[in-house]
Amino acid sequence: MPSTPALLKRCAMAAIVVAATAFAAGADGSGPAPPFTLSTLAGQASGLSAYKGQVVMVNFWATWCGPCQQEMPVLDQMYKKFKPAGFTLIGINVDKETPPVKQLLERKPVSFPVLLDPANQVSRAYHVDEMPSSVIIDRKGQIRYIHRGYKPGDENLYQDRIRQLIRE
Amino acid sequence: MTHRHIVARAAVISALLLVRSTSADVLPDNRADVFWSKYSGGGMDITGYSATARAKVTENLALEANYFIDKVSGASVDVLSQASVIKDERRQKSGTIEYLRDKTTYTASYISSVERDYISETASFALSQSMFGDLTTMTLGFSDTHNTVGDNGGTADKPNVRWVGHALSRAYSGGLSQIITKNFIAGVNLQVFTDAGYLANPYRAIRFLDPATQIGYTLAGQTYPATHTSTAVQVQAKYYLPYRAAVTGLYRYYTDTWGVVGNTYELDYTHPLRNKWIFEGRVRYYKQGAATFYSDLFPFAGSQNFTARDQNLAALDNTTIGAKVTYAFLPDGWRIFKRGTVTADVSRIRFNYLDFRNIKNFGVPAYAPGTEPLYQFSANVFQVFVSVYF
Amino acid sequence: MRSPRIMLPGTVLGALLLSSACSIQPWVKPYERDRLADPIMAWDRDAISSAYLDHIRESREGSRGATGGAGGGCGCN
Repeated sequence: MPSTPALLKRCAMAAIVVAATAFAAGADGSGPAPPFTLSTLAGQASGLSAYKGQVVMVNFWATWCGPCQQEMPVLDQMYKKFKPAGFTLIGINVDKETPPVKQLLERKPVSFPVLLDPANQVSRAYHVDEMPSSVIIDRKGQIRYIHRGYKPGDENLYQDRIRQLIRE
Repeated sequence: MTHRHIVARAAVISALLLVRSTSADVLPDNRADVFWSKYSGGGMDITGYSATARAKVTENLALEANYFIDKVSGASVDVLSQASVIKDERRQKSGTIEYLRDKTTYTASYISSVERDYISETASFALSQSMFGDLTTMTLGFSDTHNTVGDNGGTADKPNVRWVGHALSRAYSGGLSQIITKNFIAGVNLQVFTDAGYLANPYRAIRFLDPATQIGYTLAGQTYPATHTSTAVQVQAKYYLPYRAAVTGLYRYYTDTWGVVGNTYELDYTHPLRNKWIFEGRVRYYKQGAATFYSDLFPFAGSQNFTARDQNLAALDNTTIGAKVTYAFLPDGWRIFKRGTVTADVSRIRFNYLDFRNIKNFGVPAYAPGTEPLYQFSANVFQVFVSVYF
Repeated sequence: MRSPRIMLPGTVLGALLLSSACSIQPWVKPYERDRLADPIMAWDRDAISSAYLDHIRESREGSRGATGGAGGGCGCN
């Protein structure tokens, strides 16, 4: 365990490095997207493998998260727009209990598939460190872009990335 | 000399800033409140009306404005001999700007409070920072207050205000809030005030033993120090109970250069019912020791350099029991409103003075000075407000 | 008037520790913050009401300050 002054020095340098690079909400991810199989609200099993060859955006959301709710209609529009071009959006809900998810989706339905991750295994596998988080995966199954949080206007960033990956 | 007593002296606005700081992640929802309050106790009746609105101008910028009117009527135990009924009105306006950038929220506010014989203006700034994966929130605040103190020798309808002094007050505050587990959150706040200028209440008087008089004592003016510095530290914790309820505990320690030491203990329990009701109960106990220059009865004139007989500086304790009910009449929203609630909050406070005596003339039998009963009174506080979120 | 010297080291330390590269990983994950996001876990649900109660107390007690709280919640951004 380094001494306190050494630790502070290391932290100070790390802080400068992080500040110098983008303290931005988005970062370029890397590596293969961890596969997963989860169930839908209807109880059917589905996973990443069902969308092989497509550009996939995995969005982690919860009923208790305000910005997640704000983002949903925007994601729905994007899904409808890019689906014909070989894009799919999977909403992974992290609520511990299912009834509030059912209620919310009944009041505000979405057309993209929603899978349930109550045990948070997939969230852990994808190192989700902010709510909401969106992970964009290319046709070869590699993670290309991770977007943390949501602010109105972020959908433009998503759309740029999706177009880029669809063209590949 | 007409005896008058105004209770609301404290410029509490600097405390407001810590109260209103939010988590530095997203700015809170837009909200408007209409508020009615009533305090009655110790011979005073104070009715208050207030309206507040806050709205996001952009995702990162929010504005808030508040208007508050307090109407005071009544006489207090501090009023001697002729207990003249007093009426007065206080108007307070405030405006706040909140700006969110990444994980930092910057807040600036201005508050102005005006009564016929007391004007208080405060400017404050605060910074709130989220750290460690948003588990920790650190807050720093600063506020600057300017008070102008007057003495109304006339009545409420025909005032005759003589301005007696100014007071400047600065407050520095720091706070740390930490998420400990997914059920448990804790925090600590520190706030230091420094005041200078005219710090006394011009309507209060001291008394000293005077065998030459019929009642045995004579009144005289108070003499306060021209400076005052205080430090308060509060620790608090909140725990989520598995069946969906929350329990909160807090302790605050206060000390100042006037020798006052205060200890506050509070326990709250919050219990929601589905999406429509929230019930809350609270118990608070406060105990303080008297200021060094306070005395209910001085032995003779000029016995001390500084003298005070203001009941706020006496040795006292008080116990509060409160209950609050919130009902969501629009639990899921309607048109542009996301949620609408109505809340009623009731508190009963029992004040107990350990060295402040009730010297209102009771006629027969009269008490020898210093043997009058110690002052005690109960107060009821009601609040009702309607809130809409949009 | 005292200058806020005590605040300065605190601010510097806070700024240094801003970066998660200082190897302190959040032990409560964002997807575990459902209870903390519950309105009953807010330090202060109704700021106007608490400010009013604080005002009542400060008018009748010799103490002031250090009330209120910040932070908690869902940590969403």
